[in-house]
Amino acid sequence: MCLAVPGRVLDIEERDGTRMANVDFGGVVKEVCLEYLPDLQVGEYAIVHVGFALQRLDEESAKQTLELFATLGLLQEEFGDPWEMAAEAGEALPSAGEEARK
Amino acid sequence: MKYIDEFQDPDLARRLLDDIHSTVTRPWALMEVCGGQTHTIIRHGIDQLLPEQVELIHGPGCPVCVTPLEVIDKALEIASRPGVIFCSFGDMLRVPGTGRDLFQVRSAGGDVRVVYSPLDALRIAQQNPDREVVFFGIGFETTAPPNAMTVYQARRLGIPNFSLLVSHVRVPPAIEAIMQSPTCRVQGFLAAGHVCSVMGVGEYPELAERFRVPIVVTGFEPLDILEGVRRTVAQLERGEHTVDNAYPRAVRPEGNPAARAMLEDVFEVTDRAWRGIGVIPDSGWRLSPKYREYDAEHRFSVEGIQTREPAACRSGEVLQGLLKPHECEAFGTLCTPRTPLGATMVSSEGACAAYYLYRRLDLTPAPREATPVV
Amino acid sequence: MSETTGTTELRTPVLDPAAWTCPAPLRDQPRIVMGHGGGGALSAELVQHVFAPAFGGDVLAQLGDAAALSLGGVRMAFSTDSFVVRPLFFPGGSIGDLAVNGTVNDLAMSGARAAYLSCGFILEEGVEMETVARVAEAFGAAARTAGVEVATGDTKVVEAGHGDGIFINTAGIGLIPAGVDLRPQRVVPGDVVLVSGAIGVHGVAIMSVREGLEFGVEIESDCAALGGLVDAMLAVTPDLHVLRDPTRGGLAAALNEIAAASGTGVVIRERDVPVPPAVANACAVLGLDPMYVANEGKLVAFVPREHADAVLDAMRAHPLGTESTIIGEVVDAHPGMVVARTGLGGTRVVDLPIGEQLPRIC
Repeated sequence: MCLAVPGRVLDIEERDGTRMANVDFGGVVKEVCLEYLPDLQVGEYAIVHVGFALQRLDEESAKQTLELFATLGLLQEEFGDPWEMAAEAGEALPSAGEEARK
Repeated sequence: MKYIDEFQDPDLARRLLDDIHSTVTRPWALMEVCGGQTHTIIRHGIDQLLPEQVELIHGPGCPVCVTPLEVIDKALEIASRPGVIFCSFGDMLRVPGTGRDLFQVRSAGGDVRVVYSPLDALRIAQQNPDREVVFFGIGFETTAPPNAMTVYQARRLGIPNFSLLVSHVRVPPAIEAIMQSPTCRVQGFLAAGHVCSVMGVGEYPELAERFRVPIVVTGFEPLDILEGVRRTVAQLERGEHTVDNAYPRAVRPEGNPAARAMLEDVFEVTDRAWRGIGVIPDSGWRLSPKYREYDAEHRFSVEGIQTREPAACRSGEVLQGLLKPHECEAFGTLCTPRTPLGATMVSSEGACAAYYLYRRLDLTPAPREATPVV
Repeated sequence: MSETTGTTELRTPVLDPAAWTCPAPLRDQPRIVMGHGGGGALSAELVQHVFAPAFGGDVLAQLGDAAALSLGGVRMAFSTDSFVVRPLFFPGGSIGDLAVNGTVNDLAMSGARAAYLSCGFILEEGVEMETVARVAEAFGAAARTAGVEVATGDTKVVEAGHGDGIFINTAGIGLIPAGVDLRPQRVVPGDVVLVSGAIGVHGVAIMSVREGLEFGVEIESDCAALGGLVDAMLAVTPDLHVLRDPTRGGLAAALNEIAAASGTGVVIRERDVPVPPAVANACAVLGLDPMYVANEGKLVAFVPREHADAVLDAMRAHPLGTESTIIGEVVDAHPGMVVARTGLGGTRVVDLPIGEQLPRIC
């Protein structure tokens, strides 16, 4: 279910009475059916699954989500972050045996 | 790729992990419903980075895994018929039916083709009017609208030689079935984001309330998974159980109305068997009477095929988090990714297949790595 | 589990192998499936269980990309490869380029500079003469670039429908320089793993044609002859441990083969594996993993730690290795397995592909 990838609409045309678009996935362009997003416009992003645009991607919401993430853990930063210290110490990861536990 | 790369950022991942680590005070068992989410978790090693108290149970949301043996056998029968072009998403080809898989049908002369979209199958039908073209319509609420649209188009364009072998399943009845099990261990759900992109979130408040479980709509990139876990754990720690949307960039409360309308028109709700779990009432879709002539089971008269699942496979218990994969007697000996007995060993995202890899790692001595280079 | 079992009812499993309806042991397959040619576990089983026992012999038992032979006191490498690719022409090359470079590279991976090639053309009735001529020209040009001479050849024609236009087989021989001994068995913990540049490019170039993908920036196959690059590496030290060109099955298959044959563990850092954005994005759209996608102009080297920096410098100084980089190392833990450290700091096992890589939808 659900390998769906965000792409940007490049152009839209009717084909066989069906609304189709060329959609750009970071430089890779594929043909996509827009019948389920009839008001999607050129330049907008959509979530695409097996050749169909299923939902408009809300760019403002994506931005807000990332901004929220960036505010997390600011407290730890002040007092020293155990993860950062672990990262600085190199590959200070749990042993493979422990990792495999789950 | 925009809107993927940002959601894999290691620095932000660490912030989310920090937050989860500082929030959790006791053990919680969460289920990620969707196979795509399981894939992300395994692919990025996310389960190893979470606090020990947070256990992720890999749910039954891999469409390849849960397609019942009986439907696979019907697919194999239809694909073996002369004059048939059988089209499928790639990862269904390796799923074993009774004694063989679609690869073997192809090697015995069957015309089995991998397509990326059901519309590709429709195009093949238009190009081959003298052949019967069948598309293997598996998947959840995400994949059902594309398949519904393809049947709708076949009817609209008058393409009589196209049909759909339908094995669509729905998430909410599966959540209900899991929660109704008296031995259920799941305390919170990461709901499948792309299912909700289509269906919205309207089906979930009742489930969250009835079973007193938080249900958090979750996306598929590493940061999305971590945010889903973070919000679920936060609810559990506060003793709450509401529906929350951690994937707002792709999920609106109402879903996609056009897609839902098409699903209403083309499909009707039916009972459906899930491989390894059994029949779940109202958990699937079949073609509605208006479109029944496009039903491959009917067209090829394979309704009579009935198959029982292998008795040794305990994937149903694994899917409910009651059994760790390696606790199954057949695990790693009679059942491996090469010779899968059941659903969860079939797909690389299946819980047993994932465990097969990590178990092997677990059995080897802890690494004494050479000093890092560079 | 029975399909009629309710979801709430959990049965006690009784192990009765005779009652199984779904054993699906692939090794019992009565026919060849595409996966037998995929370079993964099925290919390996076919060779181990059918060909190797039937042929016997110590040389074949090496099961390397090329055999190292001793003939009249001279050490040489000998290899053969067959080429079946659709489409015959793809961005950045053709079946003619592949047929030359594939065998030249197999020889190069044993340290040998290809000297002579044979070519066998299997043509399908009806294929256009112009197509054959274009392939032949590409073949000749590739041979000249690689500095190898085509010494002998053969042509057969099969009936229409019994081939895919053009199939080509090539075999090649070349001398192995003194002091060079490239075998997975020489790999030891502490060795450093290098790759000569971006991975997944050839496979994505082919798939873009097959699947109707368009690229804003054209992706061209990396198809190239690696003899010169190997010479440059051996000039630093003849003491490289093993080389592989990660063709079918991609980087994952090459690393797994070496881990299995050497009995060591391989750890790679995923963020250091060079995957161009276009390859990553095409794989995301198609549901593929770049680690399993084919390359035709890249090599993986396992090098003693003390030589790693000098070998890396030599690779980067060569036109085919400018993007060379260190991706990991050999450990004594988890023998036979390849483990990746993910970008987030987690771990995953990079398994040997079973057969063909299948696009996933979930």
